[in-house]
Amino acid sequence: MEELQTVFPGAIQEAVIYRKLPSITFAKEFLLPACRFLKSEEGGAYTLLTDETAVDYPKREKRFDIVYHLYSFRRNDRLRLKVLIGEGEPLPSVTGVWPTANWLEREVYDMFGVVYEGHPDLKRILLPDEWIGHPLRKDYDILRQDAAWVKSNLGIESGQ
Amino acid sequence: MPETTFLDANELLLNMGPQHPATHGVLRIKLKLDGERVLGSECVIGYLHRGVEKIAENRTYAQFAPYTDRMDYVAAVTNGMGYIEAVEKLLAVEIPPRAQYTRMVLAELQRLASHLLWLGTHALDLGAMTPVFYTFREREEILKIFEKYCGARLTTHAFRIGGLQYDLYDGFEQDCLKFCEYLLPKIDEYEQLLTKNRIWINRTRGVGVLSPEDAVAYGVTGPVLRGSGVKWDIRKVQPYEAYDKVEFDVPIGEHGDTYDRYLVRIQEMRQSVRIIRQCVERLALGPIFGKVGKVIKPPAGEVYHSIEAPKGELGYFVVSDGTVNPYRVRVRPPSFVNLQALDTMIRGQLVADVVAVIGTLDIVLGEVDR
Repeated sequence: MEELQTVFPGAIQEAVIYRKLPSITFAKEFLLPACRFLKSEEGGAYTLLTDETAVDYPKREKRFDIVYHLYSFRRNDRLRLKVLIGEGEPLPSVTGVWPTANWLEREVYDMFGVVYEGHPDLKRILLPDEWIGHPLRKDYDILRQDAAWVKSNLGIESGQ
Repeated sequence: MPETTFLDANELLLNMGPQHPATHGVLRIKLKLDGERVLGSECVIGYLHRGVEKIAENRTYAQFAPYTDRMDYVAAVTNGMGYIEAVEKLLAVEIPPRAQYTRMVLAELQRLASHLLWLGTHALDLGAMTPVFYTFREREEILKIFEKYCGARLTTHAFRIGGLQYDLYDGFEQDCLKFCEYLLPKIDEYEQLLTKNRIWINRTRGVGVLSPEDAVAYGVTGPVLRGSGVKWDIRKVQPYEAYDKVEFDVPIGEHGDTYDRYLVRIQEMRQSVRIIRQCVERLALGPIFGKVGKVIKPPAGEVYHSIEAPKGELGYFVVSDGTVNPYRVRVRPPSFVNLQALDTMIRGQLVADVVAVIGTLDIVLGEVDR
């Protein structure tokens, strides 16, 4: 962690260890260089991107936490990276660093409406392409759905 | 791998699925073909999307546990185990040894059931009719043990946050040991049917090759990663429950093809039997529940916990805001991530091999779509 501090001065906004897992919050501008560094040998060889997801905090100014879970085979440890972004704010895609981010980022886009810059094929993955709304946002009620889509495609008033 | 078609013939776009017997559920693949050769592909998923992660935010911690069984519905025990352990990590509770070993026995039985189902259907997809009847017969015995233990065969909800709901029934140990005794010669029998079978070898060797570098780049885990020669099993490298106290080997493949992945899973079944035998011996009488309150209200915080599910790394990222409902539950499904490697594995192969590769990835669409 100190290493990261020296390589990217001013990039780390927060660093905590909770239940034995270190979690580092990066400033958005430093995300890509930091990811490349962490993947390299001197950065700890975090070659496996286990998961990428988001958490929505609508009351915050920057409402989304984008969360990356990394794993290093050499060190046998995990690391959590975080980036905070606001509504409609574009985020650089990490598909160039870890190809597995492709579908994971599509899912985040689908469920939260986070737009990635430099993603090869950013479109919905689980929901139909024409769907309106992003269900995992906190302001999307659990009973709500895209009524127009349900009516025109399934021919029923409500799926619930 | 040429980018264009042979003799500039037209590319053919073939739609496979969503209703197709070899896709093991509702998976649609758009294949770009040059004659019989695959030039590229695109997976269309989401047909089984039920919004499990959204449901979690509107349920209490305990209420959400049964939902996890419905993701990988052929391995409900391990799915529930991952979630329950994640919440236990958040609560920082200790689980008594009897509960730990019971969980391990049931989880390994589940791994066997999942692998047996995989073997039967995978062989059936490739034209070997016989194994499916045998493997389903053996899987039935596992489901009977589950039924006797918790009343359910598939969506078991076998564990509770903090321990177990039920203590073991009389004769559980004997049932498990009897089953292990019964299964081992059966695995040899499957191998007699397939391992040296010329048709089986021709259909699987060199098919769907995944290099170790590609496997890691695409985040592939579980038997698929080990088939590519990467010796990595979460039960060994970051043990949970009491996996650090039992002995077992991690089988790996050499060439990363469908045949090696088949061998890896067959070997894993033998290792699971080994683990079950050790765990049953250590099932000493004792409490089955840790110190957990009636109302589960973890402190605010975030945890990520992952286990080695039959299909690969199953992770749960749970965010608590200190209330009785989880603020966010993210499921890291092995099938979803492994399926992403499909395109790399089938490029340049024949259409018939696509079926083999889908089978060897061992995906469950309930888990892919959640």
